[in-house]
Amino acid sequence: MKREPVLRVVGKLLIPYMLMFALYVQFHGDFGPGGGFQAGVITAAAVIFYALIFGLPAARRLVPEALVETMVAAGAFLYMAVGFAGLVLGGNYLDYFVLDPDPVAGQHRGIFWVEIGVLVTVSGVMLKIFYMFAGRGRAV
Amino acid sequence: MPAFASHYTYWITVLLMAAGLYIVVARGNLVKKLIGLSIFQTSVYLLYIAPGKLIGGTAPILSEAFKVYSNPLPHVLILTAIVVGIATLALGLAIVVRIREAYGSIEEDEIVAADRDAGDRE
Amino acid sequence: MMVVTVVAIVLQRNLFSVVVLAGVYSFLMATVLVALDAVDVAMTEASVGAGISTVLLLGALYLCGGEEAKPLSRPWLPLAVALVIVGALVYGTLGLPAFSDPQAPIHTHVVPRYLGQALAETGVPNVVTAVLASYRGYDTLGETVVVFTAGIGVIALLRRLRRKGEPR
Repeated sequence: MKREPVLRVVGKLLIPYMLMFALYVQFHGDFGPGGGFQAGVITAAAVIFYALIFGLPAARRLVPEALVETMVAAGAFLYMAVGFAGLVLGGNYLDYFVLDPDPVAGQHRGIFWVEIGVLVTVSGVMLKIFYMFAGRGRAV
Repeated sequence: MPAFASHYTYWITVLLMAAGLYIVVARGNLVKKLIGLSIFQTSVYLLYIAPGKLIGGTAPILSEAFKVYSNPLPHVLILTAIVVGIATLALGLAIVVRIREAYGSIEEDEIVAADRDAGDRE
Repeated sequence: MMVVTVVAIVLQRNLFSVVVLAGVYSFLMATVLVALDAVDVAMTEASVGAGISTVLLLGALYLCGGEEAKPLSRPWLPLAVALVIVGALVYGTLGLPAFSDPQAPIHTHVVPRYLGQALAETGVPNVVTAVLASYRGYDTLGETVVVFTAGIGVIALLRRLRRKGEPR
């Protein structure tokens, strides 16, 4: 598919916008629809789109397997670390209001980091599953 | 009848649910069964979200301009349910791929027959 | 329209068209959800159902082969069971509150507190995000762990182990 000039050009135009849109959805989850899950899926979709047009080896060079596997675990770990930060700073597990002298700002910080954790895990898992399905040869 | 207009959404949900259930039970192809399962799950999402809607309300994003909001609680539950649904679908498809490699087919009848033959031979 | 799509999915035997119809069904469901004011859910359902789900199903179809076999016997018993269930559920839904009834229990217990206090306690106008990430943060932690488990499950099922000594 990478021989087709239309697909290549359109892909190169669209993929940065898709990634921007994913970041927009992530950070505007506070003020409009959105949040970690949607942003994670859109990020994975952007990389899958790249893999569909330019081939799986090119996508593997862009986002290596080791990075994806790390992302899968790092997001869940980040979420739990935010919980432990709440524990260490004096409240219960996953309390956000102790993270900052102003409780409302603490809530903001907690929600921000938790959503990033969700984004990383969801996009990592979706991408890893795609790599596994697409990279497996067909048995006869 | 007065029940029709007010309960119409529930009945559509029930129809979709029954269709999903029928696909899971009556079709032998494993991939189609998984698609039927996901149809069943989406009908349940509808079942949860439809009662939360208030006519004249708006999406539950607080703002000065609106007074009446639709219920946000089912949205939260269903968001989690959707993500868990795809996790299930992904795992199910991985198992189907392995079954195909082990048995050579993804039709339930052929797989059961192959197991029975293997059991007879032992 | 969604019912028409689903009936088509039931009857079609070419699995590729079934997957495309499933994507159409997801998209219609997302539109219905927007009409029901569930914007976060609609965005998730659209991206997940019509996007990722379709990609995964197509990948699985490539690995498995794309035609469903003709059923050997007419499935009258499952059809009868499905119809009986439809009847029972319709009878059950007659007891549910009418569509958009403000006095229904779903609207009167916890939700006024969430809607009233979310901005003051968390500073986040999107109530769904506030409830998901702050008030019900444990559930979201569980969900993230479920996604993680699905990922490692797929890795465990589908990886190819290289035996020692085999050329790469």
